[in-house]
Amino acid sequence: MNSLADQLLVLCLLINFAVLGTSRLAFSVRCVAVQGVLLGTLPALVHPFSWHVSFIVVSIILVKGALIPVLIIRAIKKAEIEREFSPFIGYIPSLVLGALFTSLAFIFAAKLPLSPEHEGLLIVPAAAATLMSGFLVLMGRRKAISQVLGYLLMENGIFLFGLLLADAMPVMVEAGALLDLLVGIFVMGIVINHISREFSSIDTSRLSALREE
Amino acid sequence: MMWALVLLPLLGAALSWLVPDNRRRVWVLPLFSLAQLGVSAALLVHTPPPSPAGWIWLDPLGKLVLMANSVLFTICSFYAVGYLSYRLKRPNRVLCASLLVCLSATSLVVISQHLGLLWIALEATTLTMAPLIYFNHNARSIEATWKYLLICSVGIAIALLGLFFLAYSTIVAKQEVSLLLPTLIRDAAALHPGWRHAAFIFLLVGFGSKMGLAPLHTWKPDAYGEAPGLVGALLAGGLVNCALLALLRVYQVAAASSEGALFQQVLLTMGLVSMAFAAVFMARQSDFKRMLAYSSVEHVGIIAVALGLGKGALFAGLLHMINNSLTKGVLFLSCGNIHRAFNSKSTLFVRGAIRRTPWSAALFLAAFLAITGSPPFAPFVSEFLIVSSAFGQGNHWTGGLFLLFLALIFIGMASTVLPVVLGEVPQDLERTRYRDAAPTVLPPLVLMGLVLVLGLWIPAPLQDLLREAARLLGGEA
Repeated sequence: MNSLADQLLVLCLLINFAVLGTSRLAFSVRCVAVQGVLLGTLPALVHPFSWHVSFIVVSIILVKGALIPVLIIRAIKKAEIEREFSPFIGYIPSLVLGALFTSLAFIFAAKLPLSPEHEGLLIVPAAAATLMSGFLVLMGRRKAISQVLGYLLMENGIFLFGLLLADAMPVMVEAGALLDLLVGIFVMGIVINHISREFSSIDTSRLSALREE
Repeated sequence: MMWALVLLPLLGAALSWLVPDNRRRVWVLPLFSLAQLGVSAALLVHTPPPSPAGWIWLDPLGKLVLMANSVLFTICSFYAVGYLSYRLKRPNRVLCASLLVCLSATSLVVISQHLGLLWIALEATTLTMAPLIYFNHNARSIEATWKYLLICSVGIAIALLGLFFLAYSTIVAKQEVSLLLPTLIRDAAALHPGWRHAAFIFLLVGFGSKMGLAPLHTWKPDAYGEAPGLVGALLAGGLVNCALLALLRVYQVAAASSEGALFQQVLLTMGLVSMAFAAVFMARQSDFKRMLAYSSVEHVGIIAVALGLGKGALFAGLLHMINNSLTKGVLFLSCGNIHRAFNSKSTLFVRGAIRRTPWSAALFLAAFLAITGSPPFAPFVSEFLIVSSAFGQGNHWTGGLFLLFLALIFIGMASTVLPVVLGEVPQDLERTRYRDAAPTVLPPLVLMGLVLVLGLWIPAPLQDLLREAARLLGGEA
């Protein structure tokens, strides 16, 4: 059972690289959506069956795999852009940094004082690597939509770490956090739409009217 | 009864969404905020026991924040009626509904004793504020909204990671996993030190960015500068308190563990750095709303210094939280009036406001004096107590730097405020529709009255409440 979970986690790590290395926004959105679905199935694999766990699994797959991607794809269509051009951090450097962060995450996780039942699991390094990749996308990209994707990757990383505590997290808290994420992406989608109308691009480097004189 | 705090504003939000008329819809705000204020007052007098699972309770710290927020929100809601009558062309359905949902979320922050629940409520306040900052629908306000959304969302995500670390430290310590505040405080000393330490740092960064402690404050000048004065007042006087309360919860856990002293040291440094940032950026600021944002950075800094000093300063820090809320309310509301009257917030065009809007300009001047710590206003009392506590503890460096920054900020702020209020009105100034009228002047006037009264006399029940709250943070009574 756990080897399947490990394989899914490795897949998650590969998806990070796919997002880091591509300029096509629709492809990135699909990658993040697939990662969301993978993350959603994980609680079912690492925890014994209960209504609590199944509720979480279903709602995560629904929100991360369907609702959020639809919201973002809609924003992309309205803004009429397909690609990320000239990011602050290029694709090759992003990939190299991503690889570096991933290996650091493994070294780091091996040193962490984990509780015995969690030692040797891939969850912690995968969480740290996904979190860092998210940061990288967030900082390195120009387009508002790419930044949202970076934020989502980050959230996924944090969520992975939360897997270690799934018993501790009451359903209400999980559901609330998921709802917040959904509403957050919804609001961001609206703002992106307005940015593209106002500036006729969603290039956040154009957002520079406000700065210190 | 406790749930009424959360449900009542939600009901109001639904109602305001249903009212079709722009002019009538606005009245939903004062109606429901008065009801909310009534419920808050009743809860302050007769506090119900904690909910069976211990998730919901109103402790003294929560009571303080609830009191400050309810009063501020009620006064702002009356101001909103006056303000929005000048802006009837702009649809205000989203504004009214978001304001009330935000009130509901802030109430949930106040009453939650479960850190996970508190986190959700805090994130909800962030999201509901976004449409409010965007009210003016122009290029600058989109930019401000985008920065605000991104920085605060990432900040709060980091705080969530911090919470997970805290929960994990209970697992590693072979205890029952819990994010309930009373349990965490009880077991704080036994938690795994490494994870606990990491948790404190992440939580400080996360909640610190929401609160606007330097150097995590970069969204603040934009958001405060572009949002309507009314929203600025709620951001600087209300939402800041919610983020602060979240930080205080962490502080409670830290104080109960062996890391209290380290946590205080970090807060002290961040507080002084915030004040320094404010002092530097406030000088020669040509946009008086952005200047208020730096004033907000300064005052969260002051509160952080008080928390860092601990002991007797805790009482003063909590008092300062209330004083800051009330005074920021006056500043932003009067500032909004001046902005309307001149149709500009640049000091190049806005001069001699006392001739065009005598009441608003006078209030702005008085609130400036109050916020910079001049007697006899309330912030003077709290700032004086913090300084004297710093010197009393033998922490001369902190006390000295604190006074130096206060002086620099006074000079910097005066160089913007005085010309705006007293200078010569420019000759070729465009005419605007706004003139001082009771609906937009009375609310800040009432707030200013409260600031003055609190400066002269702190009622005994409030004093007791402040003492109890300070004791929760490990201060001396």
